[in-house]
Amino acid sequence: MTWFNFAHASSFMPTEATNIAQQVDSLYGFLLIASGIACAILIGGMIYFAYKYKRRTSNDKTAYISHNTALEFLWSFIPLVIFLGVFGWGWHIYSQMRAFPPNALEVEVLGMQWNWEFQYKSGFSSDTLMVPVNRDIKLVMTSKDVLHSFYVPSFRIKQDVIPGRYTAIWFKAEKLGEFHVFCTEFCGTSHSGMLSTIKVVPQGEFDRWMEEKAKEHSEEGSLPLAQLGEKLFKGKACASCHSTEDATIKVGPSLFQKFGANENIEEIGSVVINEDYLKESILNPNAKVVKGFPKNVMPSFQGQLNDKQISALIEYIKGMK
Amino acid sequence: MAASASHSDKNYLNESSGIWSWLTTLDHKRIGIMYFISVLTFFLVGGIFALLIRLELFSPGKGLFTPDQYNQVMTYHGAIMVFMVIIPGIPAILGNFFLPLQIGAKDVAFPRLNLASWYLLMLGASMAVATMFLNKVDTGWTFYTPYSIRSSGSVVLMVIAAFIMGMSSVLTGLNFIVTVHKLRAPGMTMFRIPLFVWALYSTAILQVLATPVLGITLLLLVAERVLGVGIFDPKMGGDPVLFQHFFWFYSHPAVYIMILPAMGVISEILTTFSRKTIFGYTAIAFSSLGIAAVSFFVWGHHMFVSGQSEIAGILFSFLTMLVGVPTAIKMFNWLATLYKGSIQFQSPMLFALGFLFLFAIGGVTGIMLATIGLDVHFHDTYFVVAHFHYVMVGGTLMAIMGGFYYWFPKMFGKMYSEAAARMSFVFIFIGFNVTFFPQFILGSMGMPRRYFDYIPAYTQLNRISTVGSWMIAVGFLIGLYTIIKGLRSGAPAPANPWGSKTLEWTVTSPPPHHNFDVEPIVTAGPYEYR
Repeated sequence: MTWFNFAHASSFMPTEATNIAQQVDSLYGFLLIASGIACAILIGGMIYFAYKYKRRTSNDKTAYISHNTALEFLWSFIPLVIFLGVFGWGWHIYSQMRAFPPNALEVEVLGMQWNWEFQYKSGFSSDTLMVPVNRDIKLVMTSKDVLHSFYVPSFRIKQDVIPGRYTAIWFKAEKLGEFHVFCTEFCGTSHSGMLSTIKVVPQGEFDRWMEEKAKEHSEEGSLPLAQLGEKLFKGKACASCHSTEDATIKVGPSLFQKFGANENIEEIGSVVINEDYLKESILNPNAKVVKGFPKNVMPSFQGQLNDKQISALIEYIKGMK
Repeated sequence: MAASASHSDKNYLNESSGIWSWLTTLDHKRIGIMYFISVLTFFLVGGIFALLIRLELFSPGKGLFTPDQYNQVMTYHGAIMVFMVIIPGIPAILGNFFLPLQIGAKDVAFPRLNLASWYLLMLGASMAVATMFLNKVDTGWTFYTPYSIRSSGSVVLMVIAAFIMGMSSVLTGLNFIVTVHKLRAPGMTMFRIPLFVWALYSTAILQVLATPVLGITLLLLVAERVLGVGIFDPKMGGDPVLFQHFFWFYSHPAVYIMILPAMGVISEILTTFSRKTIFGYTAIAFSSLGIAAVSFFVWGHHMFVSGQSEIAGILFSFLTMLVGVPTAIKMFNWLATLYKGSIQFQSPMLFALGFLFLFAIGGVTGIMLATIGLDVHFHDTYFVVAHFHYVMVGGTLMAIMGGFYYWFPKMFGKMYSEAAARMSFVFIFIGFNVTFFPQFILGSMGMPRRYFDYIPAYTQLNRISTVGSWMIAVGFLIGLYTIIKGLRSGAPAPANPWGSKTLEWTVTSPPPHHNFDVEPIVTAGPYEYR
């Protein structure tokens, strides 16, 4: 067992946050040892023979061994048995990954270029996935545009997210904490930026968060766009860099009376500040920076705002007269 | 001049001269050399893209490129290396040159078709290169839909290029099958042909049967992009996963199109440099055919998490395990060939032993990936990247290098510097492990592939990997130097410098235009070291 633990510990697998993850790691640990032995036989044997049977004289005679049926049967049959055993073990784990527990908490996942949106049954959505610990969670997933893949290394689960159909995945997180979500199906420019986080919290904290979100959502839903925009503008700290009531320059350009006006952009020239420009500048701030201002200052809000929220911000900026 | 030159001075290289005599040649040996020059050029371009990828990944965040540029570089690296280097590599260069010589034939069965294959590859390659100057393609070499339908790159041109290169591969395969069946010298029974020929023969079957599926798939993709016929795009009522089934139905057998010829080269080198008959000739020959046959039924292991049915996933996992068996048989047979041999460590042998080393690691990690419960975690991470580089580079490319050094004296009639060739091996072998072993660890840590940027936890291992890529580059530069120096000032090569037993070594180096002055009559197997 010590060997086994050693392989386990040095396997570099991420935190095991689910029972499935532990099972996957056990199988991986076994395979690491088996592979180690196989490589020791093949590579070790090769090095040993290379050393032992090094050419001594220029007319060495060698044994003429054309084959050995018993030996050949053994080295076909033994690998076959091992491979089939490993196959069965992998099947056993996979069938658990695909056995959806009843009464799981369902969350809808929408993948899009280049963020994840988690839609809870109570009607609101979030860009991080908050879940209670020790509870079965089922994700029902689809994509708005191209293929994506939902991958949580710490849970050892992955499932492609496909436009035009639903796929599903489930997990039961047994550890508190934050875990990475990666997109693992190439989806274009910001494929590697299509990240999110799963926050596993105690049930009580989860309930409070749900209530808060639901309240926020009901307020947001009834707000006129411009007011929602104002709320977001403050909430996302936009106001600390962009003035809204006069032409004062803080860190970035003032937005006062800018909508419909022209701005001078480095290398491009004059550009009209319209809805497209604003949306681009929110999502990809470095694309068209106003002349005289440095690049790489404003962070991208890609993945942090949904379409409605972006429209709300644009609406608010339009109203700065 | 021809009249005054004695018969033995004339060979396929100086039999006629001028660029036109090359471009219209029907000689399989010259066509092999033309493939060599073109594939080497593609390899250098693909290699530069590989170095650029590693350079960008030296640190997280934006380095050399914008994300879009990175995606383009990654796409061209993959597409060039797969379609223009590894697939044509061994069959078109070494196969063309040595298949007829090894079975005692004057040429391949259809010399004109053989030349046409080269022109098709060139046409396809020029179109692929043309896309670099139009709208660069950024879909990855797999062209997954619906991204490839919406991407602004010149996907249509690129896909037609791949289609044409596929056509070239089909014709080469067809040519080889007919040649093996029809042009063997008297006495050269199917069980006396060298194992390299068996490997090429199995590969040819795959080329002929699998490549048309790729052709159809790519044409459907063009129909969808150009004519708006809904096949793969859900917006038009298509199914994106269907594309993956079609694509891998070709591209999995294609993996064996890439590795089987390499296995053939290894059998030749190991027997020669251990001066010993191959252990289990029949087992190796049939395991080539077995791998070729089973390889048609394992494509779904690329799609365990794609949304294909769970039962399909489990079946594909099972079938993939079966491919492992003939592969294991070959490994053990090669090992047994070394037993009680008389082993010499010239550079071809170093590459062959390097192949065994790296292929063992590539093989065991292949079993890990075939295990469905485990693959869910590893799929589309750097673990997969490391695995297929161990098999394709550690396997096929090592075999190309080994095979090239092995047959160089025959091809050009000159010897190269053994010291320089060994040096290139040392750099490539060590550099390869430094580059790709850390990627297994990155993959188990969860780093996805095709990532322009990564979380800081992955920095250290990415740095090691990048440094390794420079070592590989040095190794290949030394290799290039070895070749050029050998060509310019190498000592004349004897007919059989390594003491091999196969037919190509019975003719002069370089071989005469018609290969054999007298048709050889074969009375024994290919590895009669008694």
